[in-house]
Amino acid sequence: MAPDVLTAAEVTHQQLLDLVLGEARLLDEARYDEWNALFTEDGIYWVPLTPDQPEGLDHTSHLYEDKLLRDLRVQRLKSPRAFSQQPKSRSHHLLQTPSVERFEPTANRFVTRCQFHYTEAQNDEVNFFVGTVHHHLCVRDGVLRIALKRVDLLNSDAALPAVQLFI
Amino acid sequence: MNSQYRARPDAVRALVQPDRVHRDLYISEELFELEREHFFVNTWNYVGHDSQLPQAGDFITAEIAGEPLIVVRHDDGSVRVLKNRCAHKGARVVSAPSGNTAKFFRCPYHAWAYKTDGSLLAIPLQNGYEGTAMRQCESGRGLVPVRHVRLYRGFIFVKLGDAGPDFESYFGDSLSSIDNMADRSPEGQLEIAGGCLRFMHRCNWKMFIENLNDTMHPMVVHESSAGTAKRMWAGKPADEPKPMAIEQFVPFVSDYKFFEDMGVRVYDNGHSFSGVHFSIHSKYSAVPQYDAAMKTAYGDERAAKILGLARHNTVYYPNLTIKGAIQAIRVARPIAADKTVVESWTFRLKGAPKELLERTCTYSRLINSPFSVVGHDDLHAYRAIQQGLHASGNEWVSLHRNYDPTEVDQKEITAIGTSELSMRNQYRAWARYMTLTM
Repeated sequence: MAPDVLTAAEVTHQQLLDLVLGEARLLDEARYDEWNALFTEDGIYWVPLTPDQPEGLDHTSHLYEDKLLRDLRVQRLKSPRAFSQQPKSRSHHLLQTPSVERFEPTANRFVTRCQFHYTEAQNDEVNFFVGTVHHHLCVRDGVLRIALKRVDLLNSDAALPAVQLFI
Repeated sequence: MNSQYRARPDAVRALVQPDRVHRDLYISEELFELEREHFFVNTWNYVGHDSQLPQAGDFITAEIAGEPLIVVRHDDGSVRVLKNRCAHKGARVVSAPSGNTAKFFRCPYHAWAYKTDGSLLAIPLQNGYEGTAMRQCESGRGLVPVRHVRLYRGFIFVKLGDAGPDFESYFGDSLSSIDNMADRSPEGQLEIAGGCLRFMHRCNWKMFIENLNDTMHPMVVHESSAGTAKRMWAGKPADEPKPMAIEQFVPFVSDYKFFEDMGVRVYDNGHSFSGVHFSIHSKYSAVPQYDAAMKTAYGDERAAKILGLARHNTVYYPNLTIKGAIQAIRVARPIAADKTVVESWTFRLKGAPKELLERTCTYSRLINSPFSVVGHDDLHAYRAIQQGLHASGNEWVSLHRNYDPTEVDQKEITAIGTSELSMRNQYRAWARYMTLTM
C-alpha cells in the first residue's frame, strides 16, 4: 500500500485533530479551494438556526451547504463584483483542543467536538461568535475527509450581523 | 438638541416631494423618534400570526413604535394584544419571546397578576390599597389593551393609536396577496413553521422596505452571487434536473426587460407588489403531489388560477413584506435611525406535502440568512446609502424614474416593473401618517 493512502483502520486520534486544526488554518489563510476539497463529494457544511436542531432541510438554517453551494460561495469571493467584500474581511478561529467523541474505524466513522471563538473583521468593525463545532469525518479515496461540519453558535437564534466568511 | 421637526408638520411634509425625498428621512434621529410617536402609531403593523397561538394562554411578545406588546390567546379563543407593562411600577411583565402563561400573567417583581385580557386579577396583601386611589386610576385597570387589533387569514395586525383609517380602508385590495398565500394551502390555512431568522441591518428600516419592489438592483447587486450561480450552471444539458438552489438564485440576475415586464402595482397608503404578470418565482418546478392536492381541494380551474399568481414581494406598509409564491415573510423591526432587525418567517401550507416547506426554508436560508451571499450585497448597498447620505452638496434622494404627475392622487396604479412608483407611493403615505396627529 502506498504510504499516502489511508484506510479507516489506520486512522489515529492525532490525524483527526490535525484535520480539524488544519481546516481552520486554511480558512484563516483564505485558501478556500483547498478548504472546500476537504469535504467528501456529498459533504455538508451546516450552521443550524436553533440549538439542538435535528434537521437541516425541513427547518431553516443559517447555512446548509452542499458542494454546489460551497463552490458558489468560494467563487463569489473571487468576483470583483462581490461588493460587500470591499475591502475584504479577515477571519480568525481560536480553537480548543478537539475531543474525539466517536472513534469507529470499522464503520469508517469518526466524530470530533471542538469549542471555538470565531472573529471576523472588516475595516474598523469586528464581530465575535462563539460556539461548538462537530466534525463528522471518514476516509474516502484514501484520504480523511469531512462528511459533515456542524457549527452550533451559542446565540444562533439572536439577531446576527452579516457573517461573510466561513465560521 | 435642536428640534427641527417636532410639532412642525409643514417641515415634515416638505421632506417628501412628488419625485424625491430628503435624506433626513433616513438619517435624522429626531425623525426616527417622531416616527415612533406618530407614524408607527397611526399605521397598521403586523405583530404575528395566530398559528403561533394555538392554545389559550399561548403568547408571543412583539414591539411596535418602541412599545413592548404581548399578543395572547385569551380563554374565549380571541387574540388579545396588551401593553407589556405592569400596572404597578412599569416592569415588563413577560420577557420570553413566546410561551404559554396558562390562565394569567404574573409580574416577576411584586406578583401583580392579570387575566389574559389584561384585567387585574390579584395583588398580594390587597388590603394595603384600601382607602387609596389605586383602584380608580390607571393602575387599577390592569395591562393596557390595544384597541385596534385585526386578524386577516391568521395575520395579526395592530394600530396603536385611534387616528387613521380602519383596517379594510387602510389595506384595501392589497390583501389579495395574503389571500393568495393562504389559498395555496389545500386547506386554505397557513401555519408558522421552520424557525425565524433574525438579521441585524445597520441601516434605516426604509431602505430595506424600499428595496423589496426595487427591480433595478438585482442584476447589479446580485451579480457576484446569482450571476456566479448562473455561470456555474451554464452549459449543463437542458434535461439535467436543476437543484433547488440554482432554480432560486438564477432568476435574480434576469435582465432589465424581465423586471420591466413583471410590472408593479401600488395601492393607497403605501402598499405595493411587484410581479403583476409573472415574477422570479414563476418557474419553480412543479411538485406533482401538491398540484394534485390543490386540484382536489379547489377544482382544476381555481387551482390553476391560485398557482398562476406568482407575485414577487408585496409590501404591507410599513412593516410587513410577503412572498405568497414561496410562503415566506419578512418583518422590519426598526431599532434606531440606523438600525433595523429584519425577521424572516416561513409558513407550512396545511395539507401540502413536505417538499413545499423544504422549498420555503431553503429560499429563506439562501436569501434571508445573515450568512446569505445575496443578503450580504443588499446590506452593503443599504449601509453605503446610510453613510453616503451624510455627504453635503445634495440633500435629496432621487425617485424620478417614470414619474407621472397624475399618479399623485390615484388610489391604485399598475405600472412597468422598473418604475420607482412604489417608493414614491410609500413616501406619500409616510408624510400623511407622520403628520396626521402632529
